[in-house]
Amino acid sequence: MSEAFSQGLPVATRERPATRLVLTLFTVVLLVLFLLLPLAVVFTEALSHGLGNIWDSLTDPEAITSIELTLLVAAISVPLNSVCGVAAAWCIGRFQFPGRSLLITLIELPFSVSPVISGLVWVLLFGANGWFGPMLDRAGLRIIFAVPGLVLATVLVTFPFVARTLIPLMQEQGASEEEAAITLGAGFWQMFWRVTLPNIRWGLLYGVLLCNARAMGEFGAVAVVSGHIRGQTMTMPLQVEALFNDYDWVGAFTIAGLLSLLALVTLAVKAALEYRIGERSGALL
Amino acid sequence: MSVELRGLRKNYGRAAALDDVSLTIRDGEFLALLGPSGSGKTTLLRTLAGLEFADSGEVIINGQPMHGVPARERGIGFVFQHYALFRHMTVARNVAFGLEVLPRGRRPAASAIRSRVQDLLDLMEIGNLGGRYPEQISGGQRQRVALARALAIEPRVLLLDEPFGALDAKVRKSLRVWLRQLHDRMGLTSIFVTHDQAEAMEMADRIAVLRGGRIVQVDAPETLYAEPVDSFVHEFMGESEKLQCSVIDGLAVIEGLPDAAFATDCPKGPAIALIRPHEVEVLPGPGPVRVESVHGNGPIRRLRLMLAGQMLEVLKPEDAWLPVAGETCNVDLARARIYPVERAAR
Repeated sequence: MSEAFSQGLPVATRERPATRLVLTLFTVVLLVLFLLLPLAVVFTEALSHGLGNIWDSLTDPEAITSIELTLLVAAISVPLNSVCGVAAAWCIGRFQFPGRSLLITLIELPFSVSPVISGLVWVLLFGANGWFGPMLDRAGLRIIFAVPGLVLATVLVTFPFVARTLIPLMQEQGASEEEAAITLGAGFWQMFWRVTLPNIRWGLLYGVLLCNARAMGEFGAVAVVSGHIRGQTMTMPLQVEALFNDYDWVGAFTIAGLLSLLALVTLAVKAALEYRIGERSGALL
Repeated sequence: MSVELRGLRKNYGRAAALDDVSLTIRDGEFLALLGPSGSGKTTLLRTLAGLEFADSGEVIINGQPMHGVPARERGIGFVFQHYALFRHMTVARNVAFGLEVLPRGRRPAASAIRSRVQDLLDLMEIGNLGGRYPEQISGGQRQRVALARALAIEPRVLLLDEPFGALDAKVRKSLRVWLRQLHDRMGLTSIFVTHDQAEAMEMADRIAVLRGGRIVQVDAPETLYAEPVDSFVHEFMGESEKLQCSVIDGLAVIEGLPDAAFATDCPKGPAIALIRPHEVEVLPGPGPVRVESVHGNGPIRRLRLMLAGQMLEVLKPEDAWLPVAGETCNVDLARARIYPVERAAR
């Protein structure tokens, strides 16, 4: 009996200690090089000229606008996508209907299409030379190079997150609890609030977090529809790029640092959720 | 409450799940829907509950047509195969659910709901489990919670889908007796689905045997066992020995027993004779039957006989006359039932 076997490792992981060491080291080096190092760079660069500079960069009116805009876009697109995602997942998870698999593919489309295209479609639809451009122009409405365009682009890019998290979960859970609720006299909304939603709440929260992270960090699609009007249509990722191109290193890295912090908070919440789900051994998921 | 089904039909694509099902369940009756998997029994139960809809036909409960009445208004208690307990609620909240979703005017006060739930849990002999979650209790206990939950709304009819399917044999046996007593005590009308004929025989007042979406026979268990209408029911209801025979002029002659003929109304041609192992009379030989072996050391002996190349298993009490392996003997198959050969496989 080998040493590794006596440690209770499964057969597939019974590698020589040297092999295991090399593999572990390799993984750690990769992690540091590609994940930790960039993060560290962002924060050290932002801090390199002292806290005063950071404060100045953050209180710059353009920076404040970009932060507000990012939060606004996320605040609209995340709830919207959550509601639509739950509805779509419920339809797909509960019913068999013609075009069901087509719908699943459509939902996943934003994952496979380049974000630039997700932005471009809105320009083609609502831009000055787009299909509905002249019409909107007459009505005095602006969508492209304005906040509505940013929201549309973000919604499209982040649409799959909630639906995609919930579909397998709802399929696995099956409809029998909902059916039980119905036979016990519950109406649709009673069933939804008391049975459906509690059963998917952790999965839903997880999907919402992913959706939020992407909504705040989206660059490509937003860049196309934004028009880069400073102090008006610049979300945080766009602001970072603009400052960077101005050689305003501290400014760029400060906004980038803030964005990274938001992402880290999201990750922490997600990890806490996963821990909690694991602890409950999936009973509540 | 009486339940009446009239000419129910339902197709899934081309396959018929229900094929002209008509059935009347009397008030206070305990009826079993028995059939192999895919015979349509669960579809029938779900159609009754309003969870699925027949393409045509009628469901009438206590004289009221259920057409257009949604499941939530049918007042039917449904116990699901895997119980479908609400996993995020305690046992007590599960049982209270049906009362808590009542419209405000008809909803009892919170304290009344609480005491009602406790009464039900006590009735189910799980009065101490109210605070547990479904994942923290055993299969048999979940079954009782599911029943309590279904009974909380004082249903007119109780439907049970394979109520004991997920339980081990011992729990199953005790729950059967208990459930039947509960039904009698509460004056329920119950319909339960099972694929286990022993379970159906033990519990039901009447059994409806389904096959391929059709009701083949509805009768009391004894009748069903003693007088099956066709070879499918015969074989489904208990151990059956099958022998080839042929029918000429209303008389069936079993292969290898040319001297014995049985009157039958089967059409002329090949047919099969079915007989239960204990119904075969074994008589001292010499005769056309070879004794292959005699097994068993309890009160019952299992004999394996060979008749014209066909194996015949026979059960005999130990105090009956028994042949010895290797010798020949005679059999009397007077209690055999003759059925026409089935055309298709189903």
